[in-house]
Amino acid sequence: MTQKDHGTEESKIVLQVANYNVDFWVEGVWYPAAIDMNFQVEAGKVLAIVGESGSGKSTTAMGLMDLLATNARVSGSVIVRGQEMIGAKKSQLRKFRGREVAYIFQEPMTALNPVYTIGFQIVETLRTHFDMGPNEAKTRAIELLTMVEIPTPEASFNKYPHQLSGGQRQRAMIAQSLACDPGLLVADEPTTALDVTVQAEILDLIRNLRDKLNSAILLITHDMGVVADLSDDILVMKDGNTVEYGTADQVFNRPQHPYTKELLAAVPKLGSVAVRELSPELVGQPAVLKLENVSIEYPKSGRIPAFRAVTDFSLEIFPGEIVGLVGESGSGKTTVGRAAIGLLPTVEGKIEIVGRDMTKPTPQELREIRRHTGIVFQDPVSSLNPRLPIGESIGEPLFLSGDAKGAELDKRVEDLLDSVELPRSYRNRYPHELSGGQRQRVGIARALALTPDLLIADEPTSALDVSVQARFLDLLQELQDKLKFACLFISHDLAVVDILSHRIAVMQNGRLIEVGSRDQILKSPREDYTKRLISSVPVPDPAEQRLRREARLAGK
Amino acid sequence: MSNVNQAAGSNPEKNENEIQSRDTVGLTQKQIIVKRFVKHKAAMGSLFGLIFIFIFVFTATGLQFGNSQNPTTVPGWWKFKITDIDPEGAIAASCNGGVTGCPTLDLAPSFLDGDGIRIGAHPFGTDIIGTDYFALVVRGAQQSILVMLIVGFLGIVLGTTIGAIAGFYGGLIDAVLMRLTDMFLVTPTLIIGSVIGYRFGNFGVIPLALLLGFFAWMGLARFVRTEFLTLREREFVDAARVAGASDRRIIFKHILPNAMGIIIVSGTLLASGAILAESALSYLGFGVKPPDVSLGLLISQYQDSFSISPWLFWWPGTLIVSIALFVNFIGDGLRDAFDPRQRRHISFKDRRNAKELNGKRP
Repeated sequence: MTQKDHGTEESKIVLQVANYNVDFWVEGVWYPAAIDMNFQVEAGKVLAIVGESGSGKSTTAMGLMDLLATNARVSGSVIVRGQEMIGAKKSQLRKFRGREVAYIFQEPMTALNPVYTIGFQIVETLRTHFDMGPNEAKTRAIELLTMVEIPTPEASFNKYPHQLSGGQRQRAMIAQSLACDPGLLVADEPTTALDVTVQAEILDLIRNLRDKLNSAILLITHDMGVVADLSDDILVMKDGNTVEYGTADQVFNRPQHPYTKELLAAVPKLGSVAVRELSPELVGQPAVLKLENVSIEYPKSGRIPAFRAVTDFSLEIFPGEIVGLVGESGSGKTTVGRAAIGLLPTVEGKIEIVGRDMTKPTPQELREIRRHTGIVFQDPVSSLNPRLPIGESIGEPLFLSGDAKGAELDKRVEDLLDSVELPRSYRNRYPHELSGGQRQRVGIARALALTPDLLIADEPTSALDVSVQARFLDLLQELQDKLKFACLFISHDLAVVDILSHRIAVMQNGRLIEVGSRDQILKSPREDYTKRLISSVPVPDPAEQRLRREARLAGK
Repeated sequence: MSNVNQAAGSNPEKNENEIQSRDTVGLTQKQIIVKRFVKHKAAMGSLFGLIFIFIFVFTATGLQFGNSQNPTTVPGWWKFKITDIDPEGAIAASCNGGVTGCPTLDLAPSFLDGDGIRIGAHPFGTDIIGTDYFALVVRGAQQSILVMLIVGFLGIVLGTTIGAIAGFYGGLIDAVLMRLTDMFLVTPTLIIGSVIGYRFGNFGVIPLALLLGFFAWMGLARFVRTEFLTLREREFVDAARVAGASDRRIIFKHILPNAMGIIIVSGTLLASGAILAESALSYLGFGVKPPDVSLGLLISQYQDSFSISPWLFWWPGTLIVSIALFVNFIGDGLRDAFDPRQRRHISFKDRRNAKELNGKRP
């Protein structure tokens, strides 16, 4: 059965879904997560399901193979290669999972078992589904690793997931799911956890595999930019409903539904906004943050030697200015951000915050400086205390600095909630009752509670959906115009930085490689690395994406 | 709940968490916890059961303070004391071919072929010399509950403090405290208890409880430390630090509430374990000594009479097991109540009775 018949017209449709519903049981009520869906995927084609988080796109995909939690209920018809999957026996479903329908998940770190080598995990999949000897399986596994373009497949075979980079892990994951030459590949946000440059490579890989293997691919994503170049058909979902379903050309060039248009507009485009000028009264003032030849090390612990995360880094930020700091994960951006606010000590160089030398700060100096600085963290889940109502989280800096107490504090918290456009009634809520975007607003409100001179924003939008991100960026920009704080905006996404920044700094491997005004970096980048970053930013336009992909491949 | 405007995209964030927040709007954390705890049937039942036992045993014989030679007592509602001997009563309550001291309690009503409901002079029977067994069991339960409370409190306070400090500061402090914990862990509590009991004789139940508590905190300290090690890396701790919070505030206000689950679970296990440890020590003859009693001591004294007078074994045994179970159920309920995201298990009945929303989102 390894050789599948792709010849006849009927067998071209790999997946046929009709009147498909998924409901979740929540405290006595069936909540619909996917409503009356109809779609089909043919061999060698890509169907993209696009929608925001909570729109039911992942649920739809997981329900196809009955992979949902016990409080879910699936109805309708799902036909995979002529076989009805809903109501099928468990043994039959198991046979189809992995063999006919393979999944690629969002988080390659959690989807791969950390205690086994990736080779072992691929061999395991192979031997579960085929009558295969260990040597034969190993040969096939290495073949698969070669196919997904992992460097040195023989050596990688014996590596554990943590020894690979995020992109390579995702490749290993794809190799595993391709092990049985599945008819349908379901890719659930395969690139969301990855850097833009790596994302572009993985998308290229998926495209190549589609051509090579003639599999049907169901791609799930929230980012219109990602699907622009890859998908043949697109299905847009909102709140469990199918909003729009058509070919890529239709959806991108002639979107019918306002929601689709909104999603398309939310994808940040390079150079789409006018150059931001510093307001004249702020020009020529002394720097708020001054880093001079700073090096930062993570001290050695046990047998692990000290790790130098940032080397010889110099940057100045002036009042009222937003400086974007871009680079791939692991380039040391976050480390710079944390050092700039006194959370990490430096080993070399000089840091000056709001006119004070903070190279070797005393606890007293640190307390003093914290009245003038704020930070918005990357992860909205982890950055708010789950057991504190958000009003208390926001008011904490005010309370601790002794600025406000009692009724005065209440009023200030309400004002802050107003300023980030959250209802005042939210102050008694807990973080888990808020969505990701709302939590990040709380994060901003807390960071701005003391009206700081310097704000560090550490990838505040990387965990957000594209449309939520757009609104978050608007809000941040408004606040900055009003309060005129200086801001170091850290991001891996050049398009996001482009919207906000006056100046852009590019980091690679712990070093600052390029810094300049926004126009200078985007229009005439000096470094190849910067050029690569720019060309990797996805654009929600199939034609342009194709041009850029070809340019990227030609440049290799 | 607001009606969603299906005409796309009016507010992308609004509905994301509506399902979750549906039942928690406008409540403070304390209210949420109480509400969830009250909903937990097993925990509520156990709470009432435990309170009932508590009031019942402490009011029955009254309280006895001070040492056993010169006690100060508060009188209770039960007519006998553990020192009263009533040989006639014991003989009067004989049954089954001359075995003395049978329980006079009879719960089988006459229409069920019983002798009618009655309590009698000695509802739990008497022991061999005619001491009222109800008085003994009740006194024993008082002692055991006291041990449970003291050991539970001491264990939680010591374990949480040491675990929190070790986990939060790490490094040298962590190493020193954890080696100290290891040292305590390898000390066999029962042997220490026996040695001290043997050497210094009968020193009453409170010092015994203190001793047990002093050797009971290690497991909890380990758990709390692990919890702190993970929690202190979370970004909200950094956020609190940037806001200017002191170490003390970070530990107590920010991290500790997040570690409550583990503390409550180990704390209740500790408390119910303490009853058993006291029983074991008394059973070995080194805890509470006659004429004073504890549940463990009663069991140890009468284990031989199981075949002839089984009630001498059953009453204290049942009480030990029920107290331990009640405490564990309460802990279970508290743990569930403290976790804001814990959801109940769904039964088939729930599924069948669920409301349909017919393709419309709320």
